[in-house]
Amino acid sequence: MLYVLQQTLNALQLGSIYALIALGYTLVYSILRMINFAHGDIFMVGGFVCFAAATYLQLPFAVTLLLAMGCTAILGAGLERLAYRPLRDAPRVSAVITALGCGIFLEHFVLWLSPYPQHVPALLQNQTWSLGGLSVSSIQTAIVAIAVALMLVLDFIVQRTMLGLAMRGISMDMKAVALMGVPVDLVISSTFAFGAALGGAAGVLYSLAYPVVDPYMGVLMGWKAFIAAVLGGIGHIRGAVLGGFLLGAVEILVTAFLPSTYRDLTVFTLLLMLLIVRPHGILGRPTLQKV
Amino acid sequence: MCLLEIQGLTHRFGGLCAVSDFNIKVTEGELLGVIGPNGAGKTTLFNLITGVYRASEGAVLFRGSDLVGRAPHEIVKLGVARTFQNIRLFKELSVLDNVRVADGVHAGYGAMDALLQLPRFRREESSGRERSMQLLERFQLDEYANTQARHLPYGLQRRLELARALATRPKLLLLDEPAAGLNVGEVDRLMDLLREVREEFRPTIILIEHSMRFVMRMCERLKVLDFGTTIAEGTPEAIRSDPKVLEAYLGEETPR
Repeated sequence: MLYVLQQTLNALQLGSIYALIALGYTLVYSILRMINFAHGDIFMVGGFVCFAAATYLQLPFAVTLLLAMGCTAILGAGLERLAYRPLRDAPRVSAVITALGCGIFLEHFVLWLSPYPQHVPALLQNQTWSLGGLSVSSIQTAIVAIAVALMLVLDFIVQRTMLGLAMRGISMDMKAVALMGVPVDLVISSTFAFGAALGGAAGVLYSLAYPVVDPYMGVLMGWKAFIAAVLGGIGHIRGAVLGGFLLGAVEILVTAFLPSTYRDLTVFTLLLMLLIVRPHGILGRPTLQKV
Repeated sequence: MCLLEIQGLTHRFGGLCAVSDFNIKVTEGELLGVIGPNGAGKTTLFNLITGVYRASEGAVLFRGSDLVGRAPHEIVKLGVARTFQNIRLFKELSVLDNVRVADGVHAGYGAMDALLQLPRFRREESSGRERSMQLLERFQLDEYANTQARHLPYGLQRRLELARALATRPKLLLLDEPAAGLNVGEVDRLMDLLREVREEFRPTIILIEHSMRFVMRMCERLKVLDFGTTIAEGTPEAIRSDPKVLEAYLGEETPR
């Protein structure tokens, strides 16, 4: 029993990082029907900003987190402006390929700046509390708390503000929403900025738990979070959160019983099987394309 | 006073001239009808005025400033609103939210205010909600405020489109086939509603329509387009007997 609870905590920690990254994929997809494959690398940049801020500037944790979110927000909005906006009326495949290219560019740009994996200094003092034999670390608590807080903020923006209303309008009819007075470009830029900031925050939280950053760390994490988003129902915000936590849980569950080298194989097999049963994801709904 | 003046407006799609040398002056408060066979360039004209397309040539002067080259949302802000031939509501938003999106033109879409829960945000949020609700009441749609727009019956969807367009507080309202798909009774009710809208909101209206009964009763002046060019202009009575118009609609009379 204790073992199960302990593993649940680990699953929450990993799942909240996946969920944060998955939200970035789903946000962009919901308004532009495009997969921003550079998003995993935005997560990586978040990790590196965190490393730089902690190592060279020795900033406190909260400032580091905000700085990483700010930098990645600008990066996300900048990518949209420079690379994706010119292709907005092009076939979606062109934009997706551009996104892959942007991701590779980011990886190698960071590789050029920092050819070796870097160790991130401890950002928070780690304390471990024992609750009736269950050990809870302060880092674990911080990761889950910050991730959940950010998800609530995003949910508030999307559901309760005029900006969120405009985003939802764009996801339904981009041309019509412009003709109702919504500055579409501005709303799209903000969406990219929000998604990227969440990815950046995930990069910081990841470096708290696994304090080594390297330029390729975003590749596998990005793919996994993308799969989490698809699993939950891409374009569906709560689906991305659900998919992220589910993926985290399955991974921890598999490693608890099988050798860790089997982890990705088993996890992806399970997820692919789930997609055969629910091709639109758990919360996704089949949509009919108008012919 | 002249609200809208279009000078030499021309638009080409590749080699096809969809609108060619279109000229018009619309005075404030007027209701102008634009008619013509399918493919005559009527909807293209609306798309040119609202900034969906950028005109190849010519100028669209709205209260003295040229709209050509401006983004659609700026044009809305200046006071031009429209409805669509094939209803384009935000289907999965509630009826109220459909109107709130349009009302937002005057409140702004900033996120920071909202996040920080500034008093300005609370005030604008609630006044926007209130204004939108009043508009729904005016159009007898308030009982559906929280229904998703796609669940409304067709006739009410048309009415919601009109309400949504008015939420941007337009000076010029462009209606693209408002009576399309409505039965005779619904068309009569729409005519009454439009008369009331003119009384209360006093917008200048340009209206595209196929229903002759509708335009003959509603419009003071008609403009007839065919293959992108203006073939006739005048009062409904004059248009009805214009040989060029009859030819465009019915084909050339061939001597037997």
